[in-house]
Amino acid sequence: MLSQHVLQVAGVSKRFGGLQALNDVHLNIERGQVYGLIGPNGAGKTTFFNVITGLYPADSGSFVLADQPYQPKDVHLVAKAGIARTFQNIRLFADMTALENVMVARHVRTHSGLLGAIFRTKSFKQEEKEIAERAHELLAYVGIDTLADIKARTLSYGDQRRLEIARALATDPQLLALDEPAAGMNATEKVQLRALIDKIRHDHRTVLLIEHDVKLVMGLCDRVTVLDEGQVIAEGTPAHVQRDARVMQAYLGTAQV
Amino acid sequence: MLNTHALFGNRWLLASALLLLPFVLQPFGNAWIRIADMSLLYVLLALGLNIVVGYAGLLDLGYVAFFAVGAYLFGLLASPHLTDAFPWIATLFSDGLHLSLWMVLPLAAGVAALFGIVLGAPTLKLRGDYLAIVTLGFGEIIRVFLNNLDQPVNITNGPKGIGSIDAVSVFGHPLSKRLDLGFMEIPSVTLYYYLFLLLVVVSVLVCHRLENSRIGRAWMAIREDEIAAKAMGLNTRNLKLMAFGMGATFGGISGAMFAAFQGFVSPESFSLMESVMIVAMVVLGGLGHLPGVILGAVLLAALPEALRYVAGPLQEMTGGRLDAAILRQLLISLAMVGVMLWRPSGLWPKPEHGKRLQSVEGHDA
Repeated sequence: MLSQHVLQVAGVSKRFGGLQALNDVHLNIERGQVYGLIGPNGAGKTTFFNVITGLYPADSGSFVLADQPYQPKDVHLVAKAGIARTFQNIRLFADMTALENVMVARHVRTHSGLLGAIFRTKSFKQEEKEIAERAHELLAYVGIDTLADIKARTLSYGDQRRLEIARALATDPQLLALDEPAAGMNATEKVQLRALIDKIRHDHRTVLLIEHDVKLVMGLCDRVTVLDEGQVIAEGTPAHVQRDARVMQAYLGTAQV
Repeated sequence: MLNTHALFGNRWLLASALLLLPFVLQPFGNAWIRIADMSLLYVLLALGLNIVVGYAGLLDLGYVAFFAVGAYLFGLLASPHLTDAFPWIATLFSDGLHLSLWMVLPLAAGVAALFGIVLGAPTLKLRGDYLAIVTLGFGEIIRVFLNNLDQPVNITNGPKGIGSIDAVSVFGHPLSKRLDLGFMEIPSVTLYYYLFLLLVVVSVLVCHRLENSRIGRAWMAIREDEIAAKAMGLNTRNLKLMAFGMGATFGGISGAMFAAFQGFVSPESFSLMESVMIVAMVVLGGLGHLPGVILGAVLLAALPEALRYVAGPLQEMTGGRLDAAILRQLLISLAMVGVMLWRPSGLWPKPEHGKRLQSVEGHDA
């Protein structure tokens, strides 16, 4: 039986030269939660994100992913371990179709190699069929299945965001990590994004949301951690965090008397 | 995928045209069939490089190295050179070294793939221009090695090259001899034409299948965005090595066939200019699109030969001041500048899936 916790992170520190980007950051994400990580500019959100996805090695810290000790070292092993991410500045495979983008992400959960491809073995064909079916399913899930054969480059901004989420879901992640998914979206697109994340939560998936848009986070997240200057300054339900004096201070500044 | 269907749609027409081509060219002389043979070898090379450059997006300017590896491998294993240079080998093979086609093909593919992986490994962290320069260097290193490995032990025979290489034998018939069918005689170049055509067809099939596979998609993902590809769990290191290795196999096979066809190899056939030409074929035709790559290879391989016949009269007109070789290069360069200006994504690029656009409207509604 899987435990309640999907990701447990404790004591994560990261220093860039003279800058302590992360200082003893801890985080506990439970299964089925939408977990928000917020903070003002330069708070260390993206650094933290890059640490747990293996882009930067942490100076210290312990990580447990779905009850397995987890060392985010090689970026390509992170997806295999169970964390899939999207990018703040969308990074799709631009010249490939929407369907192919999602199919690529099935790579970690499939096995066929060169010889299977060249000789079109039975298991290869079976696997290809499953990959395509799953990819179609996921496109339908995020609501862009009619665009399967369109090149990712020509999709609208909102659809590109959706495609990125579908692609991340295709790796069968324990944790779906969204890096500022609402960045650059208009009001309508934000509403649609919110509905999509709600739907993902409804399907008992776990989401880590790094976001600038406080309104979106407060409306959507079950729990929130607030970072400021590399430290956790508040942690709890959105309502609780919103009233926290240090959070207000971090966002609005202190009153000058 | 759509376009390959269009290409194979009238496949019977295409197949019969390709099968009859030597007989159409025959009246104009064997030289023309020879040009067709060489074009097919270049198609093979371009298909291989297309895996590296077109699919995986790794700009390799030293691809001719694998062509050289294949050619020398066959040159060494099917000529008197090794037995002459090393008496102990002569005692091992009293009849001399003579490899059959069925040994040569897998061996050339395997050894070239090994070279592809070995030469690819140090370049894994490089991208774009830097990768191009390093691979260019590797290509030259191979050529310089071939040029100088006649001392202290004579392995490659240096700049003199290796001669009297065996012809390929198919079912006991050496392709260097004309085949007498009773009612007609088929010249050697035509026999080679069919062998090379067969190899090209198999290669196209292999490439097409790779393109539409898990590995092929992973290569293209790396080409499109390496960071995103990694984040999706692709082991980019292994996949790149696989692309280098797979691409090199085509070069190796093509090289072995080249050696058998010419009966002679020397380092000067594997200059940087050859690598540049192969890259040009792939880019000119349409990166990553098989029909385009084939078109590019045929055009650039056959055009210089065809221009030979145009260059002659032009040379006479200018009183011999225009050298034929220079003129050919000039015309090719002009053609390439034109393509870059008017068709920047190649002569026959991948289609943009424009036909399905109506579904976009359906989505918006």
